[in-house]
Amino acid sequence: MTIPKKTWELKDSIVLLRILIGWHFLYEGIIKLYNPDWTSYGYLASAQGPFKPIFTALTSQTMIGWVDGLNMAALIIVGLTLTLGFFEKTGAFIGMGLLALYYLAHPSFPWLAEVNVEGSYWFVNKNLIELVACLVLFQFPTAQYFGLARLFGDKKKTLNTTTL
Amino acid sequence: MKWTRRDIIKGLGGLPIAGAIWWAGASSSVQSSKERTKLLEQLNIEPSLSKALPPIGGAPVRVGIIGFGIRGEQLCRSLGFATKAWLDNMQKAAEKNPNHSALADFKSQDKLNVSLVAVCDVFDVRAQEVINSFSSEEQPVKRFRTYQEMIRSGEVEAVIIATPDHWHAPMAIDALENNVHVYIEKPMTHTIEETYRLREAAQKSKARLMVGHQHRQTLSFQTAKDVVTKNTLGHISMVQTNTNRNDDNGAWNYAIDKDANEQTIDWEQFLGSAPKIPFNKNHFFRWRKWWAYGSGLSGDLLTHDYDRLNCVLNMGIPKSISASGGIYTHIDGRNVPDVLQANMEFPDFSIGNSQGKGKEKGMTFIYSATLGNSFSRPTILMGHDATMELGNRLTIWPDGGSSKYAKMLEAHTMKPSTPIYQYDPGANVPDAISSATSQYFADKGLMWTYIDGARVDSTFLHLREWLSGIRNGTELSCGIKEGFEEAITAHMTGLSWKLGRRIDWDRETETIKPIENIDFDAVLLGSVLY
Repeated sequence: MTIPKKTWELKDSIVLLRILIGWHFLYEGIIKLYNPDWTSYGYLASAQGPFKPIFTALTSQTMIGWVDGLNMAALIIVGLTLTLGFFEKTGAFIGMGLLALYYLAHPSFPWLAEVNVEGSYWFVNKNLIELVACLVLFQFPTAQYFGLARLFGDKKKTLNTTTL
Repeated sequence: MKWTRRDIIKGLGGLPIAGAIWWAGASSSVQSSKERTKLLEQLNIEPSLSKALPPIGGAPVRVGIIGFGIRGEQLCRSLGFATKAWLDNMQKAAEKNPNHSALADFKSQDKLNVSLVAVCDVFDVRAQEVINSFSSEEQPVKRFRTYQEMIRSGEVEAVIIATPDHWHAPMAIDALENNVHVYIEKPMTHTIEETYRLREAAQKSKARLMVGHQHRQTLSFQTAKDVVTKNTLGHISMVQTNTNRNDDNGAWNYAIDKDANEQTIDWEQFLGSAPKIPFNKNHFFRWRKWWAYGSGLSGDLLTHDYDRLNCVLNMGIPKSISASGGIYTHIDGRNVPDVLQANMEFPDFSIGNSQGKGKEKGMTFIYSATLGNSFSRPTILMGHDATMELGNRLTIWPDGGSSKYAKMLEAHTMKPSTPIYQYDPGANVPDAISSATSQYFADKGLMWTYIDGARVDSTFLHLREWLSGIRNGTELSCGIKEGFEEAITAHMTGLSWKLGRRIDWDRETETIKPIENIDFDAVLLGSVLY
């Protein structure tokens, strides 16, 4: 008699989470890459909260081109690493950085007027939740299980998370 | 290394997903960009950038300022001369709030080749402020007691007239007759009779006359002209413009200087042609509230809205005007209305059309104003094919019943609720079919309100155009023709309100059609409602 195999484990759910987040980042990056008129100017210029001066400074003529380019590149890098499953920890880390910036530019603080958001938030918004989801991906790598790292990664670093 | 089938599937499983996302993102972006390019090509609107003027060379233009009140001070600042008091105040404001950029904007303004050499103001405090602030060792500012002395002194080549309305024409005519260049505030004149005399003086003079409608420099208006010329809107049957103010300053209740008295103000000279009344500080500082010196909404604010559209549509003087309104928000002794509606008829106005014959003529221009509410009503041009909202930015929506865009509306590549064109002088790229997000930011005034990181002052551009006209002989965008049309339109509106009847313009004879037993200028200057 064989022991029935668990068909859907935690690591499968985390792979799914990783691919969905990668999907989200990649699509955002690609849309911007192929639209020459896209700019983060509006998002930054309307920044609120304690870091407003920093974000506003990024909208200057000399900075905005770099800011747009870096943002686009970072989105695509995060998207590719998470969907394809390689350097996923780096990807998750950069993703957390981006989301932290997005959150801080328009933080959901109750004393700030909500600008251009769908839904209602009290400190916690979707950016913050996705940031924490990236933290999970960072702590729970799955590329050795599903992703390019399974083929090309260092086999010695076998997945120790299966023992969870 | 040996890979199992399972390894291959789980190792490369992400590739088709990433590929699909890449393809979906790219094709959606490219598709919408293609649609936009197609639409823009079809509309063929060319956002105009500021005109390149030749440099104002030679010796600095020697300018005298006549009237250093609120507007006179602003004009001097645009010319490059800010009072010490203003500089101190702005410095303090900037220290308090780093985003307060008035001082930085002033400092970054290009220097004009001009010397402020003379001042004429009947109030000693203001004349002295000019002398104290703008005099230097090499260039002292000289005070003249009367404008005649200043004009004939040989010391000024050009004058800026920023006095109450009843002094505009006498001063401008005198300057032009002495070949001194003139920059005159709006409304150009105070009576009908002097409007003709000023036109004659301007036509005969070697000097240049510029009327102070600085919005002619606003880039969106120059673009609007292009939009209208290319018939993007179709036949325009209605234009709506508005004034909405709800504060003391907006209702002309300006501050009264504590040092104002009969010793510091030359009251006789202030009155000029106005009825002789005893010294009255209220009248002196808040002259816009009385027909004897000013012209209320019709001369002060309608003129701006009328000229804004006249520079886009070039529609000229209306065939008739019917105005109504009253003194409803500030019952404080004023005799000019504070709520005013003027309907101007242009039955022959046409810019061509996209429909069948017989549907291409006629337009009503509505000006609606109140000094008791500040809800911002936009300026709207309503055409058969599209609607244009015109301000610092410019937005065009297609009309659901358009003939010109019928096919695109049917194919849903155009929607009446989505702008087909949005222009802002600060933007690098015209934004056709903008997203809800960028629309939102644009509406908030957050996008594109800066050109090269600096706010550009249209009065500065207008004065520069005038100075270039003086030195280089370049064209002026608001000369006597435009001033004449603006002044007559303002006077017709004032008459209509006062007489409670329609006022007609005779285009053949270029006169207001007479009404039996009515002396138009006496009505215009009087305080009585008929």
